[in-house]
Amino acid sequence: MVCWQSVSVWSVAGRVEMTVSKFMAIQQALQPDWFQCLSDGEVSCKEATSIKRVRKSVDRSLLFLDNCLRLQEESEVLQKSVIIGVIEGGDVMEERLRSARETAKRPVGGFLLDGFQGNPTTLETRLRLLSSVTAELPEDKPRLISGVSRPDEVLECIERGVDLFESFFPYQVTERGCALTFSFDYQPNPEETLLQQNGTQEEIKCMDQIKKMETTGCNQEITSFEINLKEKKYQEDFNPLVRGCSCYCCKNHTRAYIHHLLVTNELLAGVLLMMHNFEHYFGFFHYIREALKSDKLTQLKELIHRQAS
Amino acid sequence: MAGAATQASLESAPRIMRLVAECSRSRARAGELRLPHGTVATPVFMPVGTQATMKGITTEQLDALGCRICLGNTYHLGLRPGPELIQKANGLHGFMNWPHNLLTDSGGFQMVSLVSLSEVTEEGVRFRSPYDGNETLLSPEKSVQIQNALGSDIIMQLDDVVSSTVTGPRVEEAMYRSIRWLDRCIAAHQRPDKQYLFAIIQGGLDADLRATCLEEMTKRDVPGFAIGGLSGGESKSQFWRMVALSTSRLPKDKPRYLMGVGYATDLVVCVALGCDMFDCVFPTRTARFGSALVPTGNLQLRKKVFEKDFGPIDPECTCPTCQKHSRAFLHALLHSDNTAALHHLTVHNIAYQLQLMSAVRTSIVEKRFPDFVRDFMGTMYGDPTLCPTWATDALASVGITLG
Repeated sequence: MVCWQSVSVWSVAGRVEMTVSKFMAIQQALQPDWFQCLSDGEVSCKEATSIKRVRKSVDRSLLFLDNCLRLQEESEVLQKSVIIGVIEGGDVMEERLRSARETAKRPVGGFLLDGFQGNPTTLETRLRLLSSVTAELPEDKPRLISGVSRPDEVLECIERGVDLFESFFPYQVTERGCALTFSFDYQPNPEETLLQQNGTQEEIKCMDQIKKMETTGCNQEITSFEINLKEKKYQEDFNPLVRGCSCYCCKNHTRAYIHHLLVTNELLAGVLLMMHNFEHYFGFFHYIREALKSDKLTQLKELIHRQAS
Repeated sequence: MAGAATQASLESAPRIMRLVAECSRSRARAGELRLPHGTVATPVFMPVGTQATMKGITTEQLDALGCRICLGNTYHLGLRPGPELIQKANGLHGFMNWPHNLLTDSGGFQMVSLVSLSEVTEEGVRFRSPYDGNETLLSPEKSVQIQNALGSDIIMQLDDVVSSTVTGPRVEEAMYRSIRWLDRCIAAHQRPDKQYLFAIIQGGLDADLRATCLEEMTKRDVPGFAIGGLSGGESKSQFWRMVALSTSRLPKDKPRYLMGVGYATDLVVCVALGCDMFDCVFPTRTARFGSALVPTGNLQLRKKVFEKDFGPIDPECTCPTCQKHSRAFLHALLHSDNTAALHHLTVHNIAYQLQLMSAVRTSIVEKRFPDFVRDFMGTMYGDPTLCPTWATDALASVGITLG
């Protein structure tokens, strides 16, 4: 719930009316290196929003930003902290552009592109918006996006000028008892390619249908970037999650062991899977950076798209 | 009624215990167990990792805490994932990637804890699986067979376990049957050179029955003895007397493993009574309820009083949790929607138990165990004289007076 004075959020302690001053008081206590400014992102939570409402979200967000900037100036403790301006505007191109241009005028340290979260189909329709928005932003300031974390979507956004992403995707994969296994080495040695291909073919054969999994708080479908360790076929699989992965889990444990931990509901399952999934995901980003440096993003994109369902 | 010792094992059992020091007053001993996966200093507390994992913590974390032996459970592992799979994985050590020692319980205790799912006959224990309703018979032979597949360093005989609150002829029946089952376990054991089979003294809370069991079982040349059938619902007064009776009749040169103990006070007292090895789910279980063990008892970190307490759980503790995190942080984590706090507390509680045993051992080696006991009780109860009666009595029985 948003009004001109505040954004209301619901926490374990009940409803919190987050005014600019309350928000900035919290920032003073936290002393973050960067912080995302208070904004009105409500339009992305709702279906069919009127242009009037979208316009309001842009205006309010700019107002919040200006007030936060003012309070930051007055705060000694926050001198080293950097405010990230939030770009709103829903699905209305005109408003998106306005939000981008106006936010860029302010002395922010970077930009957060809000309202692009959703499912893969909604992102596709918003990619054009994304390109237009980033075109308005200065080259020398980072662009963050919230709600986008899948490997294929990440690449689409990077192509359109995004620099930073949230890593909730590996977390979701962990929560559903799965391990990331997708390949991102776009320049493997030939022997490795053969082994990988054999592996991938196995996975594709058994993944004709994407299964829907209901896990705590996670109604996401299993993607083709991962394997489901609960499946019986891993019961006697003494390979690591991913050959060659140097994470703690892959160096010390087998698929069979993880399978056992999941079947017996042991806490350690999540610990080990999370370690692997983060390492794998960060490894992917390392390869993205390398690909960009050597102008091989297309190859990486092709590789990822081959594996996307 | 008692079976004669079978001639199945003609070799004398390996002497795995080396005594390093003995308390001149009490029965406390410090020693070393020489096991296939390394030496273990005693007295030792063995954390329980029932299903091939220490709840929520990695083997690396466990190793870093100094743990050199922990428990797995035959009943649970026998069902999931099963001995065949574990054998394919290079035994339980290979399956869970634990480089140090493992002790497996025989499945006997589940007869008590899962009594509604079990039925005991001379043949063995018939369990109905809670997972698929299938029936399994856990006989002495089967239990040893599973443990042979698991490859644990110390294996336990299958015993006929009755709850310590049970009285009457069932206790006697169980005691004699445990002796017969011990002989069957010895006969079935395929790897006596690689895995050490311990006997388990039964007899409930009846001194005569216990004495009989001790007399008979010590005729069998096994590498070690466990004291079983206690740490249930019995009174502490009866408990310590049975422990003391047992240690008085067990050979000095073999390890004494008191099963299912436990709480810090119990550990200290039972070391005084002459026990060397202990196991209990308490420290790891209580961690998962948000309780941190400290020398003065425990801290219920969920409570509001810790909300702004920025000190560690225990300033003297060297565990990673106490090195890195405050009570306030753990309190906040306990009120969040993830399990992080449970992992931190499990690490700390295991560290607490291991550090306690280490301190006990050092005091025995340095010939000041009775003073250690007095200090310990003083810290725990505010004053040594405020120590619970049973503990005072038990300690007095072995020459240690408090205050």
